[in-house]
Amino acid sequence: MQGNTACAEGALAAGCRFFGGYPITPSTEVAEAMARRLPKAGGVFISMEDELASMAAVIGAAWTGVRSMTATSGPGFSLMMENIGYAAMTETPCVVVNVQRGGPSTGQPTRAAQGDMLQCRFGSHGDYSTIALTPNSVQEMFDLTVKAFDLADRFRVPTFLMADEIVGHMRERVTIRDPAAIVPPRPLAEGSLPFEAGEDGVPGFAPFGSGRSVHVTGLTHNERGYPDTTDPEAHDKLVRRLITKIESARREIADYEVKNPDAETVFVTYGPPSRTVEQVIQDRSDDSIGHLRLRLVWPFPEFALEEFPNAKVFLMPELNMGQMVREVQRHVDQPVVSLPKIGGELHTPAELVRALEAHR
Amino acid sequence: MIAPDWFREDRLPHIYCTGCGNGTVINCTLAAVEEMGWKRDETVFVSGIGCSSRAPGYILADSLHTTHGRALAFATGVKMARPEFNVVVFTGDGDLAAIGGNHFIHACRRNVDMTVVCMNNHIYGMTGGQGSPTTPPGAISSTTPYGASEPAFDLAELAIAAGANHVARWTSYHVKELTKAVAVGMQTPGLSFIEVRTQCPTNYGRHNKLRTVSAMVEYIRSHAMLVEKYNRLTAEGKPIPEGTFTVGELVRRNRPAMGVRR
Ligand SMILES: Cc1ncc(C[n+]2csc(CCOP(=O)(O)OP(=O)(O)O)c2C)c(N)n1
Ligand code: SF4
Repeated sequence: MQGNTACAEGALAAGCRFFGGYPITPSTEVAEAMARRLPKAGGVFISMEDELASMAAVIGAAWTGVRSMTATSGPGFSLMMENIGYAAMTETPCVVVNVQRGGPSTGQPTRAAQGDMLQCRFGSHGDYSTIALTPNSVQEMFDLTVKAFDLADRFRVPTFLMADEIVGHMRERVTIRDPAAIVPPRPLAEGSLPFEAGEDGVPGFAPFGSGRSVHVTGLTHNERGYPDTTDPEAHDKLVRRLITKIESARREIADYEVKNPDAETVFVTYGPPSRTVEQVIQDRSDDSIGHLRLRLVWPFPEFALEEFPNAKVFLMPELNMGQMVREVQRHVDQPVVSLPKIGGELHTPAELVRALEAHR
Repeated sequence: MIAPDWFREDRLPHIYCTGCGNGTVINCTLAAVEEMGWKRDETVFVSGIGCSSRAPGYILADSLHTTHGRALAFATGVKMARPEFNVVVFTGDGDLAAIGGNHFIHACRRNVDMTVVCMNNHIYGMTGGQGSPTTPPGAISSTTPYGASEPAFDLAELAIAAGANHVARWTSYHVKELTKAVAVGMQTPGLSFIEVRTQCPTNYGRHNKLRTVSAMVEYIRSHAMLVEKYNRLTAEGKPIPEGTFTVGELVRRNRPAMGVRR
């Protein structure tokens, strides 16, 4: 099965019943699969007039209590940014799939890239936090899509599946698992205000129709949901909570793999470059190369770097000019070497071996 | 006329200026809701950004105050995901016709089953009175200091051309007619578009020789002509006074619609 189809299957398995989108290479097959499958599953597929509308429709649908998603690629992702910020501010659980392509602008539609990694963290205006998953296989297009819905509901936050053209268009064998029982967002407790958070910083959810007359606004609001736009304390309290509810749960959210923790030279990867690193490691007879593979990059699990106590150098191949490498550099004292590659192709094993030898 | 059960009294005082037409439009819409006997937990109010778009914040029901221009796209998501909900959208001329123009024509084309009430005050009110796509040629605004030089959109005609099932236009003076039109819209499957020409004394009237609220309301009232009369005069080849616009039910039809209650 193709990666994009696996993503759609994952969404269906997760109980997604609303998809609003606008076609863009290399994400289009996600929409096409949803168009085929959703009506038969009792869901709604709608081709919106653009990505601004797609993101808007997804948020509207999500507030009716239906698991909702859209899929796009770079330029469409840029167009969604205002409403992604709205989803963060209004704590709307929803999933946005970005099958990344080469940018900036319309760039390379059919080539792979990981150029939107900072956009998915900081792309909308203002301060907020989100969750972003990074599949490296067709199986993970399925598994991590399911997981994205669970995290979106658990934390009431727009959650990103930051795929790319390689995993989107690659064909591999997939096991379609029945997901564990779908856990909807915690319902709003009787007597609680609609944006009153419990200890974990996440308010209970009262979707439209639940009789609670919830007012949802992208303006700075109080716990009742009413605009409160000039009180510095109200703004500080709300925005700080939106960030803290995600950042304070980073250990619970984290998802990564560790290989050869005693190594002195350690690759840090996410998405398809991890596959080249796997090849390099497999080709050697010893355990001298470590590998930290992130399946989730935001919130950044900096504690994962501590799994390599003997590390002398971290190497970071990315399909961009060096985006997530900054996050690693921020958290370690050792040298961190960026191995950027743009243009649409993966690093070859030989390239990585050369880098390895140069920096060991 | 007023439907007190639907007001969020704890939100008072509201942000509208004295003499603003928006309050009247909200009252008329809620009176229509009352007439429909809709239940609170099956009714969702959606809006974009602008003075007019603040309306859902004053209504006691589930309400979605969204981003500028995108109300109809959000509302499409709500209605398509849960067709059993009654969806009402409040929007302004800037919100609907400028930044949201594309969503407007596509919502009409889809004929999504919802009621869209546009408070057309011919100006960007909330940002302080800049010219909008409905500012009449020659009118003064902060961005048209020498008089608006672009042609204005006729929003109702646009909705008709794009495919909405029900289109009506009234003014904030015509409270009875407006209430009835909104109620008819709510009963008609498909998209119902109700344009309300309304006064913005603060940002429009003051700059256009309509210094009092009553002067502006009177100006709007006296330039409104029943569509039947307008059609008759046109057929007879009689002259139509400058600045006249039609009011009444402009279209009611039964084209295929989306999101109609299952
Ligand atoms: C993307 C974006 N652009 C601009 C604005 C600023 N803005 C807020 S309200 C508004 C105009 C509102 O005019 P209208 O829709 O006619 O509503 P009114 O206030 O007149 O009722 C503008 C331009 C915004 N909030 N978002
Ligand atoms: S600025 Fe105009 S539209 Fe806005 S509240 Fe005042 S009178 Fe009403």
